[in-house]
Amino acid sequence: MFYDTKLPAHLRHIKEEIEGYAHSFGLDFYETIFEVVDADDLNEIAAYGGFPTRYPHWSFGMAYEELKKGYDYGLSKIYEMVINNDPCYAYLMRCNHMVDQKLVMAHVYGHCDFFKNNAYFDHTNRKMMDKIANHGSRIRSYSERFGEDEVESFLDRCMSLDDLIDIHSTAIKRRNTTSRYDFAESHHEEAPVTRFKSKGYMDEYINPPHVLEAEEHQKKKTISPEYQFPEKREKDILLFLMEYAPLKAWQRDILSIVRDEAYYFTPQGQTKIINEGWASYWHSTIMTQKVLQPSEVIDYADHHSGTMATNGRRLNPYKLGIELLRDIEDRWNKGKFGPEYENCDDLEKKRNWNQELGLGRKKLFEVRRVHNDITFIDAFLTPEFCVQNHLFSFNYAEQNGQYIIESREFEKVKQRLLFSLTNFGKPWIYVINGNHKNRGELLLQHEFNGIELKMNETKDTLVNIQALWSRPVHLETVVDGKLTLLSFDGQEHSKKPIGEIDDKKSVAKSR
Amino acid sequence: MGQKIERDMQRFRKIVRGKVKSNLSKYISRGEMIGKKGNDLVSIPLPSIEIPQFRYGNKGSGGVGVGDGDVGQPLTAPQGEEKGEAGDQEGGHILEVELSMEELAQILGEELQLPRIEPRGKKNIVTQKDKYSSIRNVGPESLRHFKRTFRRALRRQISAKTYNPDQPLVIPIREDKQYRSWKETPKPDSVACIIYMMDVSGSMTDEQKEIVRIEAFWIDTWIRAHYKGVDTIYIVHDAVAHEVDEHTFYHTRESGGTKISSAYEMANRIIDKRYSPAEWNIYAFHFSDGDNWGEDIPHCVELLEKTLLRKLNLFGYGQVESPYGSGEFFDYVEELLGEHENVIASKIPDREAILGSIKDFLGTGR
Repeated sequence: MFYDTKLPAHLRHIKEEIEGYAHSFGLDFYETIFEVVDADDLNEIAAYGGFPTRYPHWSFGMAYEELKKGYDYGLSKIYEMVINNDPCYAYLMRCNHMVDQKLVMAHVYGHCDFFKNNAYFDHTNRKMMDKIANHGSRIRSYSERFGEDEVESFLDRCMSLDDLIDIHSTAIKRRNTTSRYDFAESHHEEAPVTRFKSKGYMDEYINPPHVLEAEEHQKKKTISPEYQFPEKREKDILLFLMEYAPLKAWQRDILSIVRDEAYYFTPQGQTKIINEGWASYWHSTIMTQKVLQPSEVIDYADHHSGTMATNGRRLNPYKLGIELLRDIEDRWNKGKFGPEYENCDDLEKKRNWNQELGLGRKKLFEVRRVHNDITFIDAFLTPEFCVQNHLFSFNYAEQNGQYIIESREFEKVKQRLLFSLTNFGKPWIYVINGNHKNRGELLLQHEFNGIELKMNETKDTLVNIQALWSRPVHLETVVDGKLTLLSFDGQEHSKKPIGEIDDKKSVAKSR
Repeated sequence: MGQKIERDMQRFRKIVRGKVKSNLSKYISRGEMIGKKGNDLVSIPLPSIEIPQFRYGNKGSGGVGVGDGDVGQPLTAPQGEEKGEAGDQEGGHILEVELSMEELAQILGEELQLPRIEPRGKKNIVTQKDKYSSIRNVGPESLRHFKRTFRRALRRQISAKTYNPDQPLVIPIREDKQYRSWKETPKPDSVACIIYMMDVSGSMTDEQKEIVRIEAFWIDTWIRAHYKGVDTIYIVHDAVAHEVDEHTFYHTRESGGTKISSAYEMANRIIDKRYSPAEWNIYAFHFSDGDNWGEDIPHCVELLEKTLLRKLNLFGYGQVESPYGSGEFFDYVEELLGEHENVIASKIPDREAILGSIKDFLGTGR
């Protein structure tokens, strides 16, 4: 940038003030550095996912074009951008009004606190700014050495697979890390048959030949001729490909970069509702209780409600998050929880329930520490909340090819909402076998739960996996209600039915 | 920072253009309408490039929304709109990539390896254009040529010995002042006239008309890229011919017999009356299913040979395939090919063939 991005004096002043309030409310965050940039630069940074030093790829250019057109035609505008890093970086738009800058700063401290304290961010690299810059320079140097087109098309393939990671593996030990290099185990298998010590003339009786033969036969049986890996099915397909696919060193490195960044960005997708809710809760608390000048009230209210507004009938994560958090605060302030409250049948009594516990704020801090969107909704979405906020579930009606309102029942709404958040609303794909048919072919499995895959994209994704794997690739999934094996062998696609779906699955489908 | 993103954006655009190029045939066949906006800008609504991933299909999918509405009521925008961050899939983003008509023509040219059209000889219209390349002694102050004025003033002062180098004060007077002025310059402009003729007899179905429409659009784009002024004439015919406007051309459905000569006579009359071949580059394209009234055929051939072909840069005959037509007219036009180099005949059985046919028509560079 050709201009000074440091906070100018008047904003620095505000920053110190707001930071002070944030601390006094108990927010805990890494040092936060604000940069003031022009709209074009903010759009650029946003297009790169917040990292100005990201590796070059056309998809960022596409994102930029969209943001830029949105801004140029006055359709959309980015207010704020925060990076989970130590120190946290936050970007302010230079041309914003003072009251907007205040609002954004207060909002940013909410995010920074969340990044630092939420359990799902624990595994993220807090020096990501540097790491991403390293990724960028590595990919740039590969482009120079192996050709831009070559590297770009490989990146395209990797990005097609970048959701095939195991988001929970950061918290669960999925496999024994030593097993891959545990050579002793295989020696053991090659051990000779059991032979007891004996004199020559007794040998025939102590070690009868037919027993030895049977044992040898048994041993051969146990060492399966069809060597199969991985031992258990694995969801981190990117890792599997990194380990077993015949890639060149630079390709493996690019794949690892894409995977690293996917794991880094995952928690932000996992906590969209609660994170935005938390930040919005704090900007509104700090602004309305501390910072706001009388002359700024109207502008503030306008922009706050703009952020919270629902666009059409689309769920706004900011709105859902802040409302749920406020609901929790209210419930824990009044003691509206626990068996006594749950089992109370008197609606009037329930409505006016107030034990004046004042535990709300404390509960909120606990919630922000341990929850992600799924557990957050699962634990705190109440029937009363659904009614108050006019939530409904919708589904796809095949007859007219439209989405229609399905239900307003709490259970249904909650189920749909949780489903859409589970695995980011993406299908579950596992790698089952890297030596399918004992021919080094790759077998993947879609864990079917009622919704079939989009066929054209699935095929193209298979093509991309095949390109990395180099041997034929198969995917078990359900097509038109039938268990089907989709294959791509590098030349052409094929599709053939396998067996029948078991009862459990068809029940799930008919539901 | 110098907008590092600029590179990525250019790359993206290149891919998008590449996409237009490599899928051009598919793209044309789909018949996506391309609107001319203003003079020469079109915007192509083109889906952003979405990298394929394993995703759920529509069937059985759903999500959660907020607001009023009864159970069973359809959501206003079914695709993607309702899918917020909590939706189960991302909506399809529509990006507008703006291509100018010239770029579009260029892409077409590259893809089909078309030769540039060489405008024929003297058929240029000369227009007068004003250019500010002259100087006068009178004129408005806003057009005063400062340098010349100053130089004249300086020269006058030196010759009058009123100029003092130690105190270099130059004051122009009325006679020193010089003004920019215009000169009329003749500028050659090559102009063209395209005559589209279409058989709208009962045997032409909507599908055939759609093919004609797509083909005419691309021919138009290409020819327009090579001439300054292009006039378009539309003629429809069954047993009689009519000159119509663009909208009617693509939307009429007549019935009845076919007399191709009626259209050729009409074209001939229009050329004689309005577009002198000495001044205009004239193109004529005739689309038909090749089913003509038997006795009319010799007359058509005669008309083409004796009068029409001499006036034209290019005569293109495109024969679409209809379930009813016999398509015999094609053979008669083909006979003319040997003797006249400005005749092109091409068959367009289906949408896939459009691209090849455009190449046939425009590949001559005439």
